[in-house]
Amino acid sequence: MRSSLIALAGAVLAAGAGAQQAPVIGLITKTETNPFFVKMKEGAQQAAQASGGKLLTGAGKTDGDNAGQVTALENMINAGAKTILITPSDARAILPAIQKARAKGVQVIALDSPTDPADGTDALFATDNYRAGTVIGQYAKAAFAGKPVKIATLDLFPGHPVGAQRHNGFLKGFGLTAPDAKATTLGTAAEVVCMADSYGDQAKGQTAMENCLQKNPDINLVYTINEPAAAGAYQALKKAGKEKGVMIVSVDGGCTGVRNVQAGVIAATAQQYPLKMAAMGVEAGVAYAKGGKKASGYTDTGVTLVAGKPLPGVDSVDAKKGLEQCWGK
Amino acid sequence: MDTHALPHDETPVLPASTSTEVAPALAREPWHFHLPSLAALGPFLALVAACLFFALQSDRFFTAQNFALVAQQVMVVGLLAIGQTLIILTAGIDLSCGMVMALGGIVMTKLAVESGLPPALAIACALAVTTLFGLANGLLVTRIKLPAFIVTLGTMNIAFALTQLYSSSQTVTGLPDALTALGNTFALGGTQVSFGVLLMLALYVLAWLALRETGPGRHIYAVGNNSEAARLTGINVKRVLLAVYALAGLMYGIAALLSVARTGVGDPNAGQTENLDAITAVVLGGTSLFGGRGVILGSLVGALIVGVFRNGLTLMGVSSIYQVLVTGILVILAVATDQLSRRGGRA
Amino acid sequence: MNPVPVLQAKNLVKRYGHVTALDGADFELRAGEILAVIGDNGAGKSSLIKALSGATVPDSGEIRLDGQPIHFRSPSDARRAGIETVYQELAVAPAMSIAENLFLGRELTRFGVVGRVLRILDKRRMLEEARAAMADLKIGIRSMTQPVETLSGGQRQGVAVARSAAFARHVVIMDEPTAALGVKEGNMVLELIRRVRDKGLPVILISHNMPHVFEIADRIHIARLGKRAAVVDPRRIGMSDTVAVMTGAMRPEDIPQECLA
Repeated sequence: MRSSLIALAGAVLAAGAGAQQAPVIGLITKTETNPFFVKMKEGAQQAAQASGGKLLTGAGKTDGDNAGQVTALENMINAGAKTILITPSDARAILPAIQKARAKGVQVIALDSPTDPADGTDALFATDNYRAGTVIGQYAKAAFAGKPVKIATLDLFPGHPVGAQRHNGFLKGFGLTAPDAKATTLGTAAEVVCMADSYGDQAKGQTAMENCLQKNPDINLVYTINEPAAAGAYQALKKAGKEKGVMIVSVDGGCTGVRNVQAGVIAATAQQYPLKMAAMGVEAGVAYAKGGKKASGYTDTGVTLVAGKPLPGVDSVDAKKGLEQCWGK
Repeated sequence: MDTHALPHDETPVLPASTSTEVAPALAREPWHFHLPSLAALGPFLALVAACLFFALQSDRFFTAQNFALVAQQVMVVGLLAIGQTLIILTAGIDLSCGMVMALGGIVMTKLAVESGLPPALAIACALAVTTLFGLANGLLVTRIKLPAFIVTLGTMNIAFALTQLYSSSQTVTGLPDALTALGNTFALGGTQVSFGVLLMLALYVLAWLALRETGPGRHIYAVGNNSEAARLTGINVKRVLLAVYALAGLMYGIAALLSVARTGVGDPNAGQTENLDAITAVVLGGTSLFGGRGVILGSLVGALIVGVFRNGLTLMGVSSIYQVLVTGILVILAVATDQLSRRGGRA
Repeated sequence: MNPVPVLQAKNLVKRYGHVTALDGADFELRAGEILAVIGDNGAGKSSLIKALSGATVPDSGEIRLDGQPIHFRSPSDARRAGIETVYQELAVAPAMSIAENLFLGRELTRFGVVGRVLRILDKRRMLEEARAAMADLKIGIRSMTQPVETLSGGQRQGVAVARSAAFARHVVIMDEPTAALGVKEGNMVLELIRRVRDKGLPVILISHNMPHVFEIADRIHIARLGKRAAVVDPRRIGMSDTVAVMTGAMRPEDIPQECLA
């Protein structure tokens, strides 16, 4: 009698302990240092604390460091992670590691950018990058109101899906014929007089803008892949004395970028929400651990147009509002 | 001559009385003798050919303004390449140059903007930091005797981490004018030329003269060409290497100043690909990665070649991926020409 | 008449861990001679030469230069004392010119502030003196500006020899100077060595090439087991007997008196 009572007590304790074990969720970003991912990590940590999950974090060393992400993935699964949130550095190379994880019953959710193919992960929480380009294209179209336009695009680098989506979305939003959201090549148009690669870097963006201006000094609208490239473009325009007459639009919504919108350097930027991506990811992780239901499909985490000057027909928020929701410092 | 019975070869010993020459003088220099000077000219010819090509493709290329622009675009890598050339001449290599430059840029901008130091002092501190980093590279190479590739691979990461930590990964803006002064321009030949370009050119000429005309300069070549020979003839090889790495660090600091002047900000993500860009410029300029051979002005030409292609291809509307392709082909050609000319020059 | 030997060593001892490289070795180099040093591997001849040229410091024993005791701590000390060494690997920088190689490590600078502070080289003077040094040894290379790598093996050896002859004041040591050369060029270098001797510089010649040794040496120092086994006269003793002493097949005591030098 006594031995079975002890056994029953032990089982209850064990069950209780099991029920209280926090769901382990891993977050793997491209790098540790990009403020976008820093914000994502913050959002994940806040959400994990609130929902009682345990968060492990890791990253590659640089943009494109696939091996570093694979290592982090393996380590986290060994440490008991049942859900992995990942911003893949290489959309294809990461797939084998993800497949192995999913085969073990681990839920893998892509954040910010998809794997290739996108169904390599259980779900995707990301910005609709095509839409991000579209809203700034619409803004630019409203701003120009039919006046003649000469466009320069400062893109990422050839072959990157996000670079293509934002670029093509911008063309579409401006009213030009453009490839659809699935295309990975950059669309062209008669109004686009120069396309150059900035690699998302400020100094390289400056060089690209300078060369474009040299090619066509009458450029009056510049689409940039992100805000550092936009800052570089502005610097080039300032040196050429053209900063007043040229409009720059961008994507990202980092706090530095929004401040640039405030300062008039960038006319409008499409803000994205890394914190939201991470928070949703953590929620999905906790839900999977508790109820066994995986997240699925693509969830758009939203894009808001932050513009210095509101224009009719285009929804936007002002820079002050943008600063409340921005990421980075 | 002794009459001792020697086992004779068929070839008679030179009779001492009649012959006054021990080694026959070269009757006439063989044709491959002139290849080395061709090899030195090669990069310059390639630059001229590229310019001619792009001039034909776009009428916006061959203008004073465009050339001033290209000069400005290459001045940061050009300056990094000065330090890199010195190191490669000693048969070393420095993968950390871009990251050390970024560190210098963050140090000078943060000190000037956030710590309130006068700009000159902030710049001096940054130069001290980059020079010390170079010295650290040199110490690891000479004292611990690690290969330069490995050492600078490690210090590259250390510099990157330090830069990100010190800057909290944030770009520094709102710089005082003194920090960006080298980005200001003056009028020359109908266009604006920035002072930074002048500084780069001046440093190139200085480096070239020092390498050609001074004892320490020639010692750098000797150490790279045959470090054992240098040691045996009394050259303090360790001291030469330390000086080269430290001097290179100083150059990276000056490059940081130019980068800050050009972009107007302190960017912690600057310089990430500049190490390979600098090495490319050095190789395209004809300096041998095996050390001991090369003209430092070639590195300027190498940097200009890359800049001209980037500028020209954009003017032509060609995708930047072709610029990458062309750079790769040029590097192979440069190294092949160097190897072939050396093989031809040997007797 | 017993002139002071130019270079003399008594009872040199050098140990590397458990290995005794020099076991009380003696050595004597007379003015105006070519002294060949031969010995099997492990006989201690390279350790002896290293001690004489400052590359190593002996544990005990005495070395005298022109009768004065000397203590070399580095090859630079030996160079400063006027002892030059032509290394087996030649120690030349192949991409640099003949003149530059001749003055490697001791370049001539211009006079005045320009030379002292800025260390600007006096290239013209180095070219002229290089030409003179080569002509002095009757080496027939015309251009002092051509890179050393364009020269043949014998000509490169000539450059290394000319360098040592130009800077040596007391002794020239040559380590296997004909080892990598063919017959014709080897003979050219032998002639070169004679000219160095005729300039008044005694030469220590380390060589495995017995025919060359017998052709050129005035005396032969045989090293064995870390000591000096014997010094013989190549004009009197036969090559096979010399080799026998070197390998230990013949005892030094058995060498006939008239063969000793």
